[in-house]
Amino acid sequence: MLSIKNLSAAINGKEILKGVNLEVKAGEVHAIMGPNGTGKSTLAYVIAGRQGYEVTGGEILFNGRNLAELSTEERACEGIFLGFQYPVEIPGVSITNFLRTAINEQRKYRGLDPIPAKEFLKSMEEKKKMLELQDKLANRSVNEGFSGGEKKKNEIFQMAMLEPKLSILDETDSGLDIDALRIVATGVNKLRRQDNATIVITHYQRLLEYIVPDVVHVLFDGHIVKSGGKELALKLEEKGYEWIKGQM
Amino acid sequence: MEKEQNQIIEEVTQGEYKYGFYTDIESDSAPVGLTEETVRFISARKNEPAWMLEFRLKAYRHWLAMTEPTWANVHHPPIRYQDIIYYSAPKRKKELKSIDEVDPELLDTFNKLGISLEEQKNLAGVAVDAVIDSVSVKTTFTETLSKYGIIFCSFSEAVQNHPDLVKQHMASVVPHTDNFFAALNSAVFSDGSFCYVPKGVRCPIELSTYFRINAANTGQFERTLIVADEGAYVSYMEGCTAPMRDENQLHAAIVEIVAMKDAEVKYSTVQNWYPGNKQGQGGIYNFVTKRGICKGSHSKISWTQVETGSAITWKYPSVVLMGDNSVGEFYSVAVTNNYQQADTGSKMLHLGKNTKSTIISKGISAGFSNNSYRGLVKIMKRAENSRNFSQCDSLLLGDKCGAHTFPYINTQNHSSIVEHEATTSKISDDQLFYCNQRGISTESAIGLIVNGYAKEVLMHLPMEFAVEAQKLLAISLEGSVG
Repeated sequence: MLSIKNLSAAINGKEILKGVNLEVKAGEVHAIMGPNGTGKSTLAYVIAGRQGYEVTGGEILFNGRNLAELSTEERACEGIFLGFQYPVEIPGVSITNFLRTAINEQRKYRGLDPIPAKEFLKSMEEKKKMLELQDKLANRSVNEGFSGGEKKKNEIFQMAMLEPKLSILDETDSGLDIDALRIVATGVNKLRRQDNATIVITHYQRLLEYIVPDVVHVLFDGHIVKSGGKELALKLEEKGYEWIKGQM
Repeated sequence: MEKEQNQIIEEVTQGEYKYGFYTDIESDSAPVGLTEETVRFISARKNEPAWMLEFRLKAYRHWLAMTEPTWANVHHPPIRYQDIIYYSAPKRKKELKSIDEVDPELLDTFNKLGISLEEQKNLAGVAVDAVIDSVSVKTTFTETLSKYGIIFCSFSEAVQNHPDLVKQHMASVVPHTDNFFAALNSAVFSDGSFCYVPKGVRCPIELSTYFRINAANTGQFERTLIVADEGAYVSYMEGCTAPMRDENQLHAAIVEIVAMKDAEVKYSTVQNWYPGNKQGQGGIYNFVTKRGICKGSHSKISWTQVETGSAITWKYPSVVLMGDNSVGEFYSVAVTNNYQQADTGSKMLHLGKNTKSTIISKGISAGFSNNSYRGLVKIMKRAENSRNFSQCDSLLLGDKCGAHTFPYINTQNHSSIVEHEATTSKISDDQLFYCNQRGISTESAIGLIVNGYAKEVLMHLPMEFAVEAQKLLAISLEGSVG
């Protein structure tokens, strides 16, 4: 599904990613771990196509398409979803309105008519129930006045509504208490299917107790320095990132 | 990156004006220019009683001695008042008895504007008074309303049929000496709407006036008077459009509202006069005086406006809070794009005890435009325990436009509380990226964010108008949406 080949990327001329290789297949969950400032979020933004993140080498193929040719919104419409580490507030725009706009723009891209109101509302109800969200949430403005946990739950709610092929969750566990973490992880697990894939970016092994990855990668200084099964995360927790440095 | 951003914003703010057509209707006009003869001509055409002519002449003589105000933050070449036609009416062959007799060209115009009089009459619960150029061409629902004792007709008809009410209230809120444009209007106003809601009556439908400037080189000077008697309630909506022309056209209107004890008047405007082209040529000069008086205790006047049109807007819908415990509200969204200029805001004059006023103003500037909020909150000595809350927010799209805030606060007692909040913001890259990442194009994202920003104001509009206003906001900033 996702094939990253020798990818380098820079922000304001400073190289952050220095030749990343990554293969993610449908049905898989990958975890990317690593200390602060090693390029985890940069990788997420480069895949999503954020302005200012310049690809200086290599390529990213998504279901065979070269992402360099697609705008941010086209990538989203192709099925790439980014769960933000710091979701931004959009005052006055209700989550309902926001999601309906997003779903309809994505449907337009795929040549479909706008979603019928009834179907949309039904889908909202189902997904709210699945994620144990409060009823009021949908009428609130996007992320405005949300607690850290609410913001993250809202990201997962959007993911559930948009049904992406590839979800990249950037530090979704940061700032969550154990209950919120459980809800978020349960949501991700319920949304897991044979035809979609998830990349979980995280600092800590903790989240991986709830979302069990097929593959764990360690990103360090702009490279993926080690990949392995879920036991790699445990080893990392036990021995710390210093251990990785020693391995290099 | 900044550059690309600006480019996108520039692209999406190139909206085209879609009401710029011109209808070929024969019209009956006054000779160009303004003299005492012009005033007499207008009065004679309208078959007015002597007292009305007297009023006009008094205003005209006063106007001659006045000079145009220069304090507003707007710039334009001098207006040549002698080059304007002060009266233009669609020519009528005979008296109209039913809607079928209205000039088909005219009906077509209103259909293009999306207000089918025919439909309005039969389906929508909205009574419409349509004013084209200077003359009211059709008022719908008059009969239905008369069952409740509500008078809703053109100003000219009111002068003929309800002279006592007109005499009692006209110029009681905006005297002919009030300001330069008010004096001009008082001298040459040609028509407008009149509404009277009797004691204890709650007007069951939304009343609405649609203003349209059609003829070339013509000024539009309409006058609206709304009187809500004790305990009455009425919601009134006003919409306006004009053809695209290279020269500037002057629109100097007056709206007066009188609310007696326990009465409530809600006045909503969606102003979409032609704003001029992208180079800043043409467009309407919209110099309007709107004022209401809460005459009795516990009365309430609420202004809601969505301003997207006009080359220049000069307008301060105000409330004089005379009755104790009366309430004044002003909710405004003003959008300026290309070379538009807007100097708009409100005045709240607190005279009575425990009076309350709210001002929520949202300015949105794009292109090379200039958007100013100007407001006065004045609390007099007797107005004990009065309250005002003002919030003035500015949103800037791009880096070539301007937003300004000129709040004046004058409090003459110690028991009153006045609050003023102001913010200036931009649509952030983070917000756009967030929307883009969900599949929303930058163009739609701006529409979404702007509508969210204006929500606090839009929610005060009547349902029928809110949808139109939302679309208008998107169109005036976006180009291809809608």
